[in-house]
Amino acid sequence: MTAELLIQADKLQKNFGKLAAIQQLSLHVSAGEIYGLVGPDGAGKTTTLRLLCGALLPDAGKATICQYDVNHQTEQARAQIGYLPQRFSLYEDLTVMENLRFFAEVRGLPTAEWYPHCLKTLEFVGLAEFSGRLAGHLSGGMKQKLGLAAALVHRPRTLLLDEPTTGVDPVTRQDFWQLIIHLVGEEGVAVLISTPYMDEAARCQRVGFLRNGQLLAEGTPSELRFRLDDRILELRGAPLPLLRSICQADQDVEDSQMFGDLIHLRVRPGTIPQVMQRLQQHIPTQGAQLTTLRPSAPQLEDVFIAFLQPDPTPNQPAGEANHE
Amino acid sequence: MNENETVIVTQDLTRRFGEFTAVDHVSFSIQAGEVVGYLGPNGSGKTTTIRMLLGLLLPSEGSASVLGYDIVKQSEAIRANVGYMSQKFALYHDLTVLENLAFYAGVYGVTDTKRLDEVLDQVGLRMQQHERVAELSSGWRQRLALGTAIVHQPRLLFLDEPTSGVDPLARRAFWDLIYNLVDSGVTALVTTHYMDEAEYCGRVGIMRAGQLLAIDSPSALKINAMPGKAWDVYSQPLLPALAALEKFPAVLRTALAGDHLRVITQPETEAEAIQQFLLSQGIQEVRLEAVQPSLEDVFLSLAAFRN
Repeated sequence: MTAELLIQADKLQKNFGKLAAIQQLSLHVSAGEIYGLVGPDGAGKTTTLRLLCGALLPDAGKATICQYDVNHQTEQARAQIGYLPQRFSLYEDLTVMENLRFFAEVRGLPTAEWYPHCLKTLEFVGLAEFSGRLAGHLSGGMKQKLGLAAALVHRPRTLLLDEPTTGVDPVTRQDFWQLIIHLVGEEGVAVLISTPYMDEAARCQRVGFLRNGQLLAEGTPSELRFRLDDRILELRGAPLPLLRSICQADQDVEDSQMFGDLIHLRVRPGTIPQVMQRLQQHIPTQGAQLTTLRPSAPQLEDVFIAFLQPDPTPNQPAGEANHE
Repeated sequence: MNENETVIVTQDLTRRFGEFTAVDHVSFSIQAGEVVGYLGPNGSGKTTTIRMLLGLLLPSEGSASVLGYDIVKQSEAIRANVGYMSQKFALYHDLTVLENLAFYAGVYGVTDTKRLDEVLDQVGLRMQQHERVAELSSGWRQRLALGTAIVHQPRLLFLDEPTSGVDPLARRAFWDLIYNLVDSGVTALVTTHYMDEAEYCGRVGIMRAGQLLAIDSPSALKINAMPGKAWDVYSQPLLPALAALEKFPAVLRTALAGDHLRVITQPETEAEAIQQFLLSQGIQEVRLEAVQPSLEDVFLSLAAFRN
């Protein structure tokens, strides 16, 4: 079964002055698929979404929504786009229903149709009983749901969501994802979602890693994790800082990370047995205590870090790549 | 500093606002050198707890001491000895990094200019000291916010969602700074609703509706605190299986997990029962694996179980 491609980026290029914000970016999302775009701050996630919804013009390449060229068949394409920007603006002194009506009318829904549509959408996102409440009096999670409702009110076939759950608590986040799953499962909507959270990326059917405007890798979460199979060790013991520095001194340890009561090590391919043997020998002689040392299944976070680390020297300040 | 020193201890700490109980008989203790996460959804009582611990809000019932000081009678001494970093960093954008630090040093009565150099080194901002905050990336700002919280050498740090919205690489660089501070004897209490952040804590307390449901290491929580079983369910296509599972009474929660489903069931549920139910719903070719729950599974299940 080949699903219809609803979102397509074909060699998109966008420069801001001298900065190549997006470089030769191609991706596609099919009907009924959720694609997660992950990457550090400044990697180009928001720019990609804005190119795809037509809010920005590309310098080269093409964005297509439901087979319509976003920049040449703008009206047809936009009718099929639901876009939830990171900073979503609501009219705080209008009610939930008034806000939604506004978005419905902007989207060109005829007067006779906006009310049933809005009601249905509010029911879907679970805000029907709050339709008379001022938007300014909604909690953060409810505002986010109203944002989703506004993006959905014209029943688009594609959804572009820019970090929709940043600042939303885990219970609301779970609700939000259930809504997305129903749209995807029951209506075959194609969803492109950007997120800085790996646990959220792990929920997507496919994930793309973005850095400096380039897609470094894409695949299902399992395919991506598979790239680090037999490369991750999990270690417990005390004291952790000493254990970590012993590990960092090992020739085959590429990276180490403390997580509360354990340490994750990434080792060079094929070196797990040697590293384990050396650590079991060295740790007791250096005054530390080892309680567990075992190979561990790679997490998406391990993969993300492995991709984004420009060079595998530990102790180098990381995460400021966009500052230079 | 004594490793076994108790830095925070609360006994039945309770706060009511009229009819509403925001914090409900919360008891825990934190030792020196620990990093403890305080995890809960909005409105679960995290911030109310912290405000009581800082002596900004009186408890309705119960007691607590912080660094040996009583939260009711000695709240000024507490505030002089703790550092607080908010998710909304209070930084002056028109001032440089160094000027911001100097400002906070003044507020806390720190007069030794060598201390500012020390802080710049501790948070790795020496090269950026003359840059204006407005020109800094969010990762650098976060470090500066930490710098302003430690300028008076507090022994206890309260961190409120310190790395919300940042990518894993920046998050982990920031946590390395926290671990360095902890290594030098500082204790940290981190309030958050991000599992990614909670995983960095040595122990995590889970709050729900004002109650502390559990407090333990992330690994122990995954083993002991889960009121159900976690399964990975593989089936093609995935979404009909998801819809079918939602109809199964023993299922507490289902979620998409990329190319498979994560399902939480009641503890006594067996694989065969799930498989048979799916078959009865016309879902064939299903593979089930019992798996270790994630911290999020534990959190969401605990939250659901109590309701």
